[in-house]
Amino acid sequence: MNLCGMSAHALRDGIAARRFSAEDVVRAFLDRIAAHDGRVHAFLEVHDTEAIAEARRLDEEIARGSEPGPLAGIPIAVKDNICVRGRGTSCASRILSGYAPPYDATVIEKLRAAGAVVLGKTNMDEFAMGSSTENSGFGATRNPWSLEHVPGGSSGGSAAAVALGLAPVALGSDTGGSVRQPGAFCGVAAMKPTYGTVSRRGLIAFASSLDQIGPLGRDVQDCLNLYNVLCGPDPRDATSAPGGHEVPEGALLQGVRGLRVGVPWDWLGEGLHADVEAALGRSVEALRQAGALVGEVSLLDPSYAIAAYYIIATAEASANLARYDGVRYGASARGAEDPAGLYTGTRSEGFGAEVRRRIVLGTYVLSAGYYDAYYLRAQKARRLIRDDFERAFAMADVLLLPTAPTPAFRIGEKTGDPLAMYLSDIFTVPLNLYAGCGINVPAGLSADELPIGMQLLAPRFGEAALFRAAQCLESRLGTLGLAPEPAET
Amino acid sequence: MAITRDDVRHTAALARLALSPEEESAFLLELNKILGYVEKIRELDLAGIEPMTHGHAGTGSLRDDAALDGLSQEEALRGAPETDEGHFVVPQVVRPEE
Repeated sequence: MNLCGMSAHALRDGIAARRFSAEDVVRAFLDRIAAHDGRVHAFLEVHDTEAIAEARRLDEEIARGSEPGPLAGIPIAVKDNICVRGRGTSCASRILSGYAPPYDATVIEKLRAAGAVVLGKTNMDEFAMGSSTENSGFGATRNPWSLEHVPGGSSGGSAAAVALGLAPVALGSDTGGSVRQPGAFCGVAAMKPTYGTVSRRGLIAFASSLDQIGPLGRDVQDCLNLYNVLCGPDPRDATSAPGGHEVPEGALLQGVRGLRVGVPWDWLGEGLHADVEAALGRSVEALRQAGALVGEVSLLDPSYAIAAYYIIATAEASANLARYDGVRYGASARGAEDPAGLYTGTRSEGFGAEVRRRIVLGTYVLSAGYYDAYYLRAQKARRLIRDDFERAFAMADVLLLPTAPTPAFRIGEKTGDPLAMYLSDIFTVPLNLYAGCGINVPAGLSADELPIGMQLLAPRFGEAALFRAAQCLESRLGTLGLAPEPAET
Repeated sequence: MAITRDDVRHTAALARLALSPEEESAFLLELNKILGYVEKIRELDLAGIEPMTHGHAGTGSLRDDAALDGLSQEEALRGAPETDEGHFVVPQVVRPEE
């Protein structure tokens, strides 16, 4: 039995029915990581000893007859910006090299309580700043479908791990598309929940008004199950939304008859890859055949969202990353003459080029004389974008568009041109400004055998409609299965 | 509104970052390209629009003002590069006048 090719819900059922044990499952994934991760470099750390011990403990509980949790025995890969107590949590940055948080993030507490087993920490763009996982301080991750291509980013390690069957499910974080875009490039289901539904306590901050933790899985059902475990108010996160936001599993069986699906055709002009355009056509057709009412919606040009985003996100980042000063944790330029020398030495050595670029940009747009021209204006534009989405969602229950304009690009293709890299997120960034929810659903392969992803967007707290539409799309387009095992090159 | 080399140097210093001359040149080019792009938002009519300052809909949610257990001093200091008798160690801040 190929345990590593199974979905998390199938694994969970098999463990609960004692067809195999949690330890069998965890060992199967650890073996596969040992065999294949060297070529894709999805993981920064693998927690083999703890994972096996935890799986044995769960097996004993199940043998004693206690009710296994909704994720009992499910191994999960965790993006390296989410705190796991006592283990390396570096945000793929040298400035946090060797840092081990003294507490678990709320999402990790919830996963453990549901019986999930943390397999290890996955690679990412440093501090989640990037769209290709090439900005890692510890080496790039490669796309399992083609080692010459990027896996997307910033949650590229998590997406590559799920695509190659190194983990059945994973956590990522999405500030401007960092869960959905790598999901598209690696061919896995990947969801960004509504801002506030999932606690951010223990997610190391990049841009606090945009950051959101989200699940990646081999299918929509796995994303739903994970979302239901992760969501809910957290008294220790003042931005978490009150009330319950779980989506009943039955939503997946409801179908889309009568659901209003809007396609922002204005966005989909030049620059759209022909294979992506064809996949969009197939997706529209699939939803229509299932009874959805597909029409056109008009939305503000997304280049305004990119402009507002790169002001707001860098401004927030410049403030959030001020804490890395070499005093309390992480790398430290010891031996400096004075405090300013300690801070400057630590930060200049510890941060990579993209992080420094964004800190300088963020500091600039917040500085005296430029605040009104940039930051304040961007915040006003953000409200305009939000109102624009709300108008669109008055006419449509969900929106459908590609997750990215092209399939995965080549390693090195955009590293010399930050603006070109930023524009690869043009279809994902607007949702974060609005603060709604979205999901990437795989939609077949390009002629070059690279995954293509379709994106569904829904209003704030519109997860039920989002999952309904996603399940319909998946059942008609099919999942991709595991990426082919990468050959030695 | 182009950013100058002095702006780059000054802003980096504010953010406690030291840039090499090569980096200064690269950042100058890249930041001007990015700022040139974000100038787009000037095309929007934003008169009378309130800035959106956060991601959530309301005012955020505050928990009851009750004391909870936090980290112990030992746990809080465990990640520090250098400690002394329960304190973080920093370079000397105030120097005697010479």
